[in-house]
Amino acid sequence: MSDAPVLLEMRSITKEFPGVKALSDVNLVVRSGEIHAIAGENGAGKSTLMKVLSGVYPYGTYSGEILYRGTESRFSDIRASEHAGIVIIHQELALVPGMSITENIFLGNEPGRGGVIDWKIANRRAIELMAQVGLEEDPDTLIKDIGVGKQQLVEIAKAFAKDVKLLILDEPTAALNEADSQHLLELLRGFKRQGITSIIISHKLNEIAQVADSITILRDGRTIETLDIKADGVDEDRIVRGMVGRELHSRFPDHTPNIGEVFFEVRDWTVRHPISAERLVAKHSSFTVRRGEIVGFAGLMGAGRTELAMSLFGRSYGTYVSGQIFKDGKEIVLKSVSDAIDHGLAYVSEDRKAIGLNLLDDIKTSMVSAKLSKISNHGVVDQVREYQAAESYRKSLRVKAPTVDEGVTKLSGGNQQKVVLAKWMFTDPDLLILDEPTRGIDVGAKYEIYGIIQRLADQGKGVIVISSELPELIGLCDRIYTVFEGTITGDILRKDADPELLMKQMTSVKKAQRS
Amino acid sequence: MSRVKELQKSLFGGTTSNARQFGMIFTLVAIVLLFEILTDGLTLSPGNLISLVSQYSYILILAIGMLMVIVAGHIDLSVGSVAAFVGIVVANIMQDYSIPWFLAIIIGLGVGALIGAWQGFWVAYVGVPAFIVTLAGMMLFRGGNQYIGNADTIPVPEGFRNIGAGFLPEVGPNTGYNNLTLLLGLVLCVAVVIREWRGRRTRQEMQADVAPMWISAIRVVIPIVVIVFATLQFAGGRVGTSFPISGIILGVLVVIYAFVTRNTAGGRHIYAVGGNARAAELSGVKLKRVNFLVMMNMSVLAALAGMIFVARSAASGPQDGIGWELDAIAAVFVGGAAVSGGLGTISGSIVGGLVMAVLNNGLQLMGVGSDRVQIIKGVVLLLAVALDAYNKKQGRFSVIDSLMRPFRRDAAPSPASPVEAGQEHGKSPVAG
Repeated sequence: MSDAPVLLEMRSITKEFPGVKALSDVNLVVRSGEIHAIAGENGAGKSTLMKVLSGVYPYGTYSGEILYRGTESRFSDIRASEHAGIVIIHQELALVPGMSITENIFLGNEPGRGGVIDWKIANRRAIELMAQVGLEEDPDTLIKDIGVGKQQLVEIAKAFAKDVKLLILDEPTAALNEADSQHLLELLRGFKRQGITSIIISHKLNEIAQVADSITILRDGRTIETLDIKADGVDEDRIVRGMVGRELHSRFPDHTPNIGEVFFEVRDWTVRHPISAERLVAKHSSFTVRRGEIVGFAGLMGAGRTELAMSLFGRSYGTYVSGQIFKDGKEIVLKSVSDAIDHGLAYVSEDRKAIGLNLLDDIKTSMVSAKLSKISNHGVVDQVREYQAAESYRKSLRVKAPTVDEGVTKLSGGNQQKVVLAKWMFTDPDLLILDEPTRGIDVGAKYEIYGIIQRLADQGKGVIVISSELPELIGLCDRIYTVFEGTITGDILRKDADPELLMKQMTSVKKAQRS
Repeated sequence: MSRVKELQKSLFGGTTSNARQFGMIFTLVAIVLLFEILTDGLTLSPGNLISLVSQYSYILILAIGMLMVIVAGHIDLSVGSVAAFVGIVVANIMQDYSIPWFLAIIIGLGVGALIGAWQGFWVAYVGVPAFIVTLAGMMLFRGGNQYIGNADTIPVPEGFRNIGAGFLPEVGPNTGYNNLTLLLGLVLCVAVVIREWRGRRTRQEMQADVAPMWISAIRVVIPIVVIVFATLQFAGGRVGTSFPISGIILGVLVVIYAFVTRNTAGGRHIYAVGGNARAAELSGVKLKRVNFLVMMNMSVLAALAGMIFVARSAASGPQDGIGWELDAIAAVFVGGAAVSGGLGTISGSIVGGLVMAVLNNGLQLMGVGSDRVQIIKGVVLLLAVALDAYNKKQGRFSVIDSLMRPFRRDAAPSPASPVEAGQEHGKSPVAG
């Protein structure tokens, strides 16, 4: 493959967001007719790179060059890149559930003249395209009536309708079952025979090893290496090493844990998905947390860690099926978020902008919002105490803002995260569940957040850290549970934890209980 | 930061929603002065001011409730019908069962609460969008009004009329003015001074920056000048007229609700729900209860507004309250509330309502027909909200600032060039 002509070359791409350098001097070379995989941890910059390529981030908002079919391309938006034959299929499918397969395939690209759709042509082409992707359905079937696997195929057919030359698939099999995944991978091989080039972003390393010709590994927004799968004899272990192999020690503050007795225990916790009742998002999960202990939850996206945490936090996700929570030896029943807060639980959500903060608030209002009763007399908020409480957190957590009257939208990601942490520290919790506490924030702020987490543990609180960054879990946590498809698959002490072991536990149901 | 912005910040506080009021108050003053000139001094004459208050107090009472509904992210289209329904019920029981007027008022508020509980139940606990629930309520209670009243008008007794058509009575020595109105003005002036003084003390206790003395002076002197002027106008009108009772009811409600929305946990919860319902829920806010109470509160205020209107017009009829919901909603949006919820203040809505009221009143005084008045009101509403939307896109909220922008070269909106963007990022800590 390595002698095929180069179809796409991205040269020293750098993309910055306020406070974060998402891509730094990234290079990518994709040859004509190959399947090129891009691997990296969450936040390594894979999706950002693809958004640069497809014009979501238009020319001028990044630096570097994109050479496509030998000429420099400056895409101003998605339409421009699609016009050039580059089509990206996102993890979140862009289909309209209430429209038919045909209508979806040609959405925004309707055949016909003067805005009037020629349904004869549309239907005939839809049938051709469906045959091409191996989709056997009536083209008039509504999208909501077919499974996710077939929806994925409709997306690909839609890409083909646009005369695709370079197909980019972002986590195409994340939501698919084994059979559908295999079908999709087989399809990719078929496209390759037809001369279509594909870029596939995937967390499923076995699939990459199985289907890709070459692989580019990204880490922290940089290109680490590009490997030829066959020539270099790349296997999953090799990819994992490339993805996680970095110096861990200097990134975490020194900390000597002071771990006490088990004070929080969850037994046999089972939760159903809120919509599809047959799906369990947590399956008989049991775990413990000790005082002063930082416990990690490792798992791939969609493993059910967030769902588990939120269902514990006052049943704010899914439908409770069974299970018990014990705190200090006594069973507690948490039917609402305020119950959970009253019993000393705090949950810092993974998406601070969507569900963690009210972005219209200022710093002080946010910080006290989870326990207004603490600064109120008969329901009237004491503004002096509010201000003082917020001010003390601003100082102790070193939130970079002139005053606590500042709106939270004006803060950087790291400082917003500190505000959310303060909001939950203000509730005087015994157990803090921190879901992706350092997502989207820069290294310096991460270091500070780690320090805060360690201080909380030193105060005798239990801290659960859910993270998709393995080095973070290994560097920070005293003990790590691995989760795979709603099941806790491992319980690993810090001294035993290494990325490869964790990655294996995170991708299989094999029980590896520590004795 | 421009000087205008700085001054605005120190006068109105630093938060964005407060800052938006600056423009509204400015607009209100401008409109009042404009009509004062166009009507040769008729606008600010005692007679006109008095009729302005009694004519619009019930719309402003609705605006109070509507602000909370809109901040929580809902809408209430039924308020006019609910007001009319309660009006006819109250008129009916007073006529047929000779219920004393004060008891009838309490019953009227109770009926409003029941209606509110009904609508709140569907919105909060069943999850039907408030738009639909209250659209249904709009038809339901309009029909109810005509059913109970046989599509006819029912007169109300003398005592009841006071809440809509009554004035502060004449007491004490003959000063040439209405003494109680003078007293009311005095109390308000003292309240303004105390409020500012307490605000300063609170800032000191917080060990936060206290605004310079001259800012405080402005914030005390300007309202007092306005109050003194208004007091003399209201107190010096035709004998037998003075500050309307309905205006006093409105004033008390404004003070109470401004306090509740700003300073209580419950008020904070309304903003939290409207700003980000999921975040509020995950912070322990009882979403359903907040939605229920907000909808219920609206109907109670609609009941009150309906009764005041009936009292003013001395009878309840089948056409009462038509279009009120739209006036109330317009007041709230002109007053700076966000359609998406989470933003807006009681005082802003009152100012917004006053802008619409003065506009309406002034145009009428000028003899402009109701057709053209409607057109102008529609344009004003659209422009006010469009200006806000534009400001939001630009990342700023100040109406004034956007008026000034064309005159300042440095703030001209320009697409972010790569050079600029690079400089900006250079300032912030950068990840490796």
